Amino acid sequence: MKSLLNTLTVVVMLAVVSIANATPEQDKESFQRFYTERFPDITMEDFGNGVYALDQDARNQWEAMNDFPPYEDDLEKGGELFNTAFANGKNYASCFENGGGNIRQNYPMFDTKRNTVITLELAINECRVANGEKLLPYKKGELAKIAAYMTSTSEGSPINIVIPNNGKALAAYQAGKQYYYSKRGQLNFSCSNCHIQNVGRKARSETLSPALGHTSHFPVYRMKWESFGTLQRRFDSCNKQVRAEPLEGQSEDYRNLEYFLTYMSNGLPVNGPASRK
Amino acid sequence: MQAYKLTLKLLFTVMLLVVTSSTVIAEEMDGKKVAFDRKKGNCLACHVMDNGDMAGNIGPPLIVMKARFPDRAALKAQIWDATVKNKISIMPPFGKHKILTDNEIEKLIDYLYTL
Ligand code: HEC
Ligand code: HEC
Repeated sequence: MKSLLNTLTVVVMLAVVSIANATPEQDKESFQRFYTERFPDITMEDFGNGVYALDQDARNQWEAMNDFPPYEDDLEKGGELFNTAFANGKNYASCFENGGGNIRQNYPMFDTKRNTVITLELAINECRVANGEKLLPYKKGELAKIAAYMTSTSEGSPINIVIPNNGKALAAYQAGKQYYYSKRGQLNFSCSNCHIQNVGRKARSETLSPALGHTSHFPVYRMKWESFGTLQRRFDSCNKQVRAEPLEGQSEDYRNLEYFLTYMSNGLPVNGPASRK
Repeated sequence: MQAYKLTLKLLFTVMLLVVTSSTVIAEEMDGKKVAFDRKKGNCLACHVMDNGDMAGNIGPPLIVMKARFPDRAALKAQIWDATVKNKISIMPPFGKHKILTDNEIEKLIDYLYTL
């Protein structure tokens, strides 16, 4: 039965990947259908809760912990940082649409002038540089706190990643998709090996979460980190697990990966920042 | 005198037996360590085996190995590079990617055959 299930998943997974030259829209539909058919009892929204949508015991502990969210102080700090003026008197709000409020759901976006993917974290740092401030380290620290605050202002807004119908944007999307399905590291895993092919199964005591909803709640406050980390910090964790070299924060590969993966969750509400173990 | 010689011989044989059987046990232990150690095989991440703690369920349980894998070479091939048989196998290619040495894999297989 199990091996039959295995074979079935593999077949489904191949169907998810192999539609050569499928449009992003078609990819997204088969991607989301794969999970909703696999887990018919999980609502679209609940996929954003990752492993806690699958594992009731883990969920109970998590919910108890969230009575006093471990990230509250850091989130508040993020708000203060966001609202503190730069030396030149301007502030973050001046760099973003809508004063930076309720925009998380549009990131990452493709900049058709520069022909590259712009993540929220990159945009925050570019805002700093444009105003004569120095770059903050990506992945954690103040930048992650600011991004967490900005994410909190988008609570409930549906993820709305746009892939302009232009060669460069499609190429960025394809590169991210390619990264997701390619095996890497000494242990030879692809992201899809764990989060699609073996979703819901256990690797040792860890339940493997669905990739649908993976980006809806970042930055995440991980108990293991005792701080906020951006999505790309989480990519590092998964890369290290398979003994692959983590990439530079905001490297082109990571930005393209983030673009692909976030597009796959289009329509799901932003529900971050969140806590994870 | 004759009896004494015999006892000596017996003692010697017994000692030899003890020595060889404990190396067998040591080797089995080695193989088990290769299988269980998270930095080595970490087979428990995916396979239920030998009452190991908190085993995963990504791969099939590793049981009655001798009956199921009478051909040692076939078992070795699965461990060496599982992607030969199943292109998208999630099982790490322990030999091909030098995650384990050839010697470790041989010991591991000896151990698997005790399951
Ligand atoms: C060997 C298995 C494995 C591989 C390969 C893997 N991951 Fe993970 N991933 C995990 C585990 C285990 C967790 C923590 C539990 C969970 O949420 O699934 C996790 C968590 C995550 C999370 C956080 C989920 C959340 O709810 O906050 C993201 C995002 C993620 N992985 C993306 C990726 C990406 C992208 C790749 C490839 C670059 C990848 N993973 C490769 C096992 C893996
Ligand atoms: C990350 C997951 C993973 C790890 C770690 C892993 N395996 Fe596997 N293994 C699998 C999967 C999945 C299969 C099913 C066949 C396939 O996809 O290759 C499998 C199949 C097997 C088989 C064939 C079993 C059968 O009944 O047909 C053997 C033998 C085996 N593994 C041994 C090992 C040993 C020994 C180790 C540790 C040194 C190990 N595996 C580590 C995932 C894993």
